[in-house]
Amino acid sequence: MEYLPNIIFAVALIIGVGFFARNVKRLSRNIKLGKDAEVSDNKPLRWKNMVRIALGQTKMVVRPIAGIMHIIVYVGFIIINIEVLEIVLDGLLGTHRLFSPLGSLYNFLIGSFEVLALLVIIAVVVFWIRRNIIRIQRFIKPEMEGWPKTDGNMILYIEFVLMTLFLTMNAADFQLQQLGAEHYVKAGAFPVSQFIVPLLEGLPESSLIMVERTAWWLHILGILAFLNYLYYSKHLHILLAFPNTYYGKVKPLGEFNNLESVTKEVKLMMDPDADPFAAPAEDDVAEPEKFGASDVMDLNWVQLLNAYTCTECGRCTSECPANQTGKKLSPRKIMMDTRDRLEEVGKNIDANKGEFVSDGKQLLDDYISREELWACTTCNACVQACPVSIDPLSIIVEMRRYLVMEQSAAPTELNNMMSNIENNGAPWPYNQMDRLNWVNE
Amino acid sequence: MSEQLRVKTMQDFMAEGKQPEILFWVGSAGSYDDRAKKITRAFVKLLNKAGVDFAVLGTEESSTGDVAKRAGNEFLFQMQAMMNIELLNGYEIKRIVTCDPHSFNTFKNEYPDLGGNYDVIHHTEYLKELMDNGRLTITGEGHKGKRITFHDPCYLGRANAVYDAPREVLSKTNAELVEMKRHKKTALCCGAGGAQMFKEPEKGDMEVNVLRTKDALETNPNIIATGCPYCNTMMTDGIKAHHKEDSVTVMDVAELLATSQGL
Repeated sequence: MEYLPNIIFAVALIIGVGFFARNVKRLSRNIKLGKDAEVSDNKPLRWKNMVRIALGQTKMVVRPIAGIMHIIVYVGFIIINIEVLEIVLDGLLGTHRLFSPLGSLYNFLIGSFEVLALLVIIAVVVFWIRRNIIRIQRFIKPEMEGWPKTDGNMILYIEFVLMTLFLTMNAADFQLQQLGAEHYVKAGAFPVSQFIVPLLEGLPESSLIMVERTAWWLHILGILAFLNYLYYSKHLHILLAFPNTYYGKVKPLGEFNNLESVTKEVKLMMDPDADPFAAPAEDDVAEPEKFGASDVMDLNWVQLLNAYTCTECGRCTSECPANQTGKKLSPRKIMMDTRDRLEEVGKNIDANKGEFVSDGKQLLDDYISREELWACTTCNACVQACPVSIDPLSIIVEMRRYLVMEQSAAPTELNNMMSNIENNGAPWPYNQMDRLNWVNE
Repeated sequence: MSEQLRVKTMQDFMAEGKQPEILFWVGSAGSYDDRAKKITRAFVKLLNKAGVDFAVLGTEESSTGDVAKRAGNEFLFQMQAMMNIELLNGYEIKRIVTCDPHSFNTFKNEYPDLGGNYDVIHHTEYLKELMDNGRLTITGEGHKGKRITFHDPCYLGRANAVYDAPREVLSKTNAELVEMKRHKKTALCCGAGGAQMFKEPEKGDMEVNVLRTKDALETNPNIIATGCPYCNTMMTDGIKAHHKEDSVTVMDVAELLATSQGL
């Protein structure tokens, strides 16, 4: 029975990591439902973007308060993971504070983890206040009602609890060290948890061990649970921000892609040697490519990765001119809708043995309304504002393409504008022969 | 009829067997819109003053297709683009200048892929170049004592990171330049982009141009400067919505430089 805790720990670890791996597989399967995207260009710039934007958080600090608080939580998360490594090894090997032979370095590490844990707690409290008491505009938009709001708060609660458990564990450990309890080697520095120690004073050794062990177990099980919560939450950005900034747009923001399928058709139309009555080649049985996007499978995989990366911070929406003037469009909602629909499609595939069976629904109309799509000024403010290089505009344009080219469903005024261009080469109904009149006016 | 402008078309150049230094792409707004035509004329006056050997396409010019592309009509865009490219390549055009950031953007970024490779510059960049190399000399008091705030057009600024050229040109007019709270990367759109210029806005509680003009008016300017004919229309309408048309005017960078020189 001596090894029971080790065995329980190993089983918990395998289940936790195994479940996570299964979700990662599902995630990658869903993202691959998207069309190909050209991302092999500009490798040095892509790496630079990832280092600067994701690792360096450069776009987070554009808004200093949220940015600095976020860096604290981010640094805390990464650094405290070194401690998680020790905890995992201790759990598997049945050791206690395995790294303590590092001596003064160990003390320094544990000391800094404690300071970071305290800072994370403070940041998390500030974040909670911003969401729930101050109710900052971008956190209370319509698309944030219900689960997104709960999700945002849940993450804060989990982080608060994990950090508190970590400090409680250290406080009990520290007290046990001072009592000279067996197994509890004198190691570590406890600049923060020493202030929790008075609460534990007078407890017998056995109770202290109970407190220490409970906090230790809850902390590591909590981390495993949190790892598996990611997939069901907006919080996936802690992993996906890295690939997303790498695959993000490296061209000028004003450059929209030229649809290749259209280029082929237009070239054929303009080729004087093309035979207008030519029958399609016999082996040409493929369905003609659909123009634009009405559902998630029509988008490319980078756009789908974008959707999973979005952490619903709403910086895009708060910069959007349409949203600021009370229109329905919210770039954040475009991303959330894309993700939610993709999840729905993924579940459909799971339920139908790997095949998507039409559910009579699509991204257009069932999730994103035409009113939202037509309200966009294509100004790129949302793209500029995103701290993790998401491009909501490209999805809006792709869906407009579907509406215009597949459905002929542009607003009437735009249809007029376009027929003017077709007829007289200008968006207004003026004669092309009058183009030079300005010289003599 | 006002002062005579010296304007030659590509056909004129061909007849003479010569190539121009630069092609001036006037654009649909610059050709037909009454307000934008004034910008076109002001820019040509500066080109004439600097002795630039430029050409226009005149009646051969057509829409770039940009607005169709933003509206989602990729088909119409590529039709226009390929027709224009055939014409431009036929004339062996190397360098294009335009007063319209939307034409600028699509020529610079979207035409190359379809076979149209040109050195494309915005007129504010070209004016700066002419001043830098001494071809366009600026003298006199200019707009001394006037407060000017520059509104960054989305397709010049955020879309292509051209922020400094228009400001440097404006600084040559001796006016006092004041920045809006949201400028350069964070500038708010005027509301015309993405084909909004040609349709009624969706239901909301305010117009985008009214909000953007509010930003501009907060700097207490005499003049709101822009570098885009569509921004110009939107900001002019915004001024009217704020009942400030008597005290604040909206001018293009080229117009401000031209008037500073009595042109």
